[in-house]
Amino acid sequence: MNSALAKRDNFALLKKNMTSFWSIYRQNSMGLIGLVILLVFALMALFGPYLVEITVMAVDGVTQVIHPPTSGYWLGTDDLGKDILAGVIIGSRVSLLVGLAATAISMIIGTVIGIVSGFYGRAVDAVLMRITDVFLVIPWLPLMLVMAALLGPSLGNIIFVIGITSWAGTARIIRSQTLSVKERPYVERARAIGSGDTHIMFYHILPNVFPLIFANTVLVAAVAILSETTLSFLGMGDPTQVTWGMMLHFAFSMGAVSYGAWWWLLPPGICVVLVVLSFTFIGYALDEVLNPKLRRRDQ
Amino acid sequence: MNMRGYLLRKFIQALITVFIVIFMNFFLFRIMPGDPIRVLIRNPRISAGALERVRDQFGLNESRLVQFWIYLRDLFSGDLGTSFNYRQPVLDIVMERVPATVLLIGTATVLSIIIGVLLGVIFAWKRGTRIDIIGLSFSLILYSMPTFWVAIIMVMIFAVYWQIFPLGGMGMPGAFYSSYWVELASQLRYMFLPTITFALILIGEYVLIMRSSLLEVMREDYMLTARAKGVTNRNMLFRHAMPNAMLPVVTLIAINLGFIVGGAIQIETVFSWPGLGRLMYSALTNRDYPVLQGLFLFITIAVIGANFCADLLYRYLDPRVKS
Repeated sequence: MNSALAKRDNFALLKKNMTSFWSIYRQNSMGLIGLVILLVFALMALFGPYLVEITVMAVDGVTQVIHPPTSGYWLGTDDLGKDILAGVIIGSRVSLLVGLAATAISMIIGTVIGIVSGFYGRAVDAVLMRITDVFLVIPWLPLMLVMAALLGPSLGNIIFVIGITSWAGTARIIRSQTLSVKERPYVERARAIGSGDTHIMFYHILPNVFPLIFANTVLVAAVAILSETTLSFLGMGDPTQVTWGMMLHFAFSMGAVSYGAWWWLLPPGICVVLVVLSFTFIGYALDEVLNPKLRRRDQ
Repeated sequence: MNMRGYLLRKFIQALITVFIVIFMNFFLFRIMPGDPIRVLIRNPRISAGALERVRDQFGLNESRLVQFWIYLRDLFSGDLGTSFNYRQPVLDIVMERVPATVLLIGTATVLSIIIGVLLGVIFAWKRGTRIDIIGLSFSLILYSMPTFWVAIIMVMIFAVYWQIFPLGGMGMPGAFYSSYWVELASQLRYMFLPTITFALILIGEYVLIMRSSLLEVMREDYMLTARAKGVTNRNMLFRHAMPNAMLPVVTLIAINLGFIVGGAIQIETVFSWPGLGRLMYSALTNRDYPVLQGLFLFITIAVIGANFCADLLYRYLDPRVKS
C-alpha cells in the first residue's frame, strides 16, 4: 500500500487499496461506531446553526432562569434563561472547528519537523529533537494556559496555542518512520537520477509516512478537542463564542454545581466525551488496520 | 556506555532543558501586549518623569539581554518577583501551596497505580471475556472525559445531591477539634472526593498499559519455558510475568507527570483545593503575571526533575538497559 501511494499516476491501484482498506476497517466494530458518532456531530456542526436559534424562555413575560427541562426546552435554560439544547447544537460548530484547526497546525509542524529531522540527521536532528524533547517534557496544560493568558482570549489564539504545544509526539513518530523510509532503495534511485532533497522529502518520504500521519491525526484531534474544552473552562476561551467549553465555564462560574443544575452541566460535557471517544475509537481501528502486527490472528 | 557516563549525559540533557525553559519563561512574558509598568502601577495619570524613574528602577530601560541577565541573577538568588495580588514574594506563595498539591497528587497516583495495575492484570488474564471488554470500554470512556467535568459530576453527586462529602476546600477554616482523631477524620472527609476523582482519571491509562504489556510478556519464550517447567499459573503470573510487565508502568509515570499536573490544576479548581493548581487558576483570573511566571517555572522544573529520577529508576529496574 505504501509504495502504491507514491505512484501518483496509478489511480486504479490507489482505488483498489482504498477498497481493501475499507474492507478491513469495516470489520472493526469500534471503528464503525466511532465513524457513525463523528458523522452525526459533523452534520450537527454543519447544519445545526441554520436550523436552531438560541431563544430565551419566558413565562408571562418573566424570564425562566436555570429552569429544568420542560417541553419546548428539552434541556432547560441557563442563568440568562437561554435554551441549552440550542446552545449545545450551535456550540458544536466552533468546538469542532477549533479542534480541527489546531490539529491541522499540530500535524503540519510535527510532520515537517519529523521528516526534516529524520532526513538530514546529524546536527539538524540533534537540535530539532532537543526542542521536541523540551515540548514533550513541559507540562502541556500550564504551558497552554500561560500562552493563552499572555496572548489574550480569542479563537485564533486558542487554535494557535493548542497547535503549537501538541506537535511533539507526532514529530517523534514521523522521525522514526522517516529514518527507515530514507534507507529504502527507491530513495537512493531518486537521488541517483538527480532528485533534490526537497523533492525526495515531498514525493518519496511524505507519501510513505502518510498512513502514520493519518492514524496520528485522529488521536491528536481527540487531544485538541479536550484541550479546547479545558482552556475555555479555565477562562481562556473567547467569551463571545458559543463552545461546549465556554458553556461549561459559565455554568461552573455561575454556580450550576450548587444548584444541582445537571441539565446545564451534563449535555456539553457528554458531547465532548462522545466526540473524543469517536476519535479514539477510529484511532484504535486505524491502528489495527494500518499496523498488521496488531491484527489478531488468534481469533 | 557505562553508568556514570549515562548519568552525566542525562543530567546535562535535563540541565539544557531547564535552561531552555528559563529562556522561554523570560521571553514568553515579554511578548504580552502593553507596558508592564502601566499594568503594575494602574494609575493613568502618572507623570512621565515618575514613569521613567520606575522604568529605571525595574531595569526596563536596559537591553533585553541585560534584562535577561538580571532575571537569571535574581532567579538563582531565589527571587521570583512579587505578586501583584498578594504583595508577597512569589516564591513564598508557591512554597506555601506545595504540600497540599503533593498530598493530593501523591495519594491519587499511588492509589491509581495499585488499582490500575491490578485491573490491568485481571483484564489481560481474562482477555476477550466479558469482564475484559467492559473494563476496557470503561477505561477508554474515562480517558475521553475532561478531568474538570468528571470532578464536577462527582461534586454534584456526592456533595450536592447526597451531601456525603463537603463541596470543596481542605478543611473548615477556624474550626476546633476535640481530639487529633476527630481532626484527622474531618481532613480525610475533605480529601476523599478530590483524591478519588483524581485516581479515577489516572487509572484508565495504567489499566491499558498494564494489560497490553502483560499480554506482550505472556507471548515471550520464557513464559513458555516456565509453563514447560511446570510452574503454576499463579507463580507464572506473579514471579515471571508481572515484574517484566511492570516496566512500562514506570515509564508511564514519568510521561504522565505533565498530564498529572494538568489534572491537578483542574481538580483543585473544581474542589477549591488550596494547592498549586488552584493558585494557577487564581493567578490566571487575576492576571497576576509574576505568580503565573514563577509558578510555571517551578512546575516545569519539578516535572523535569521527576522525569530525570524516573529515567534513573527505569535503568535501575531493567537490567537489559544497563549493558
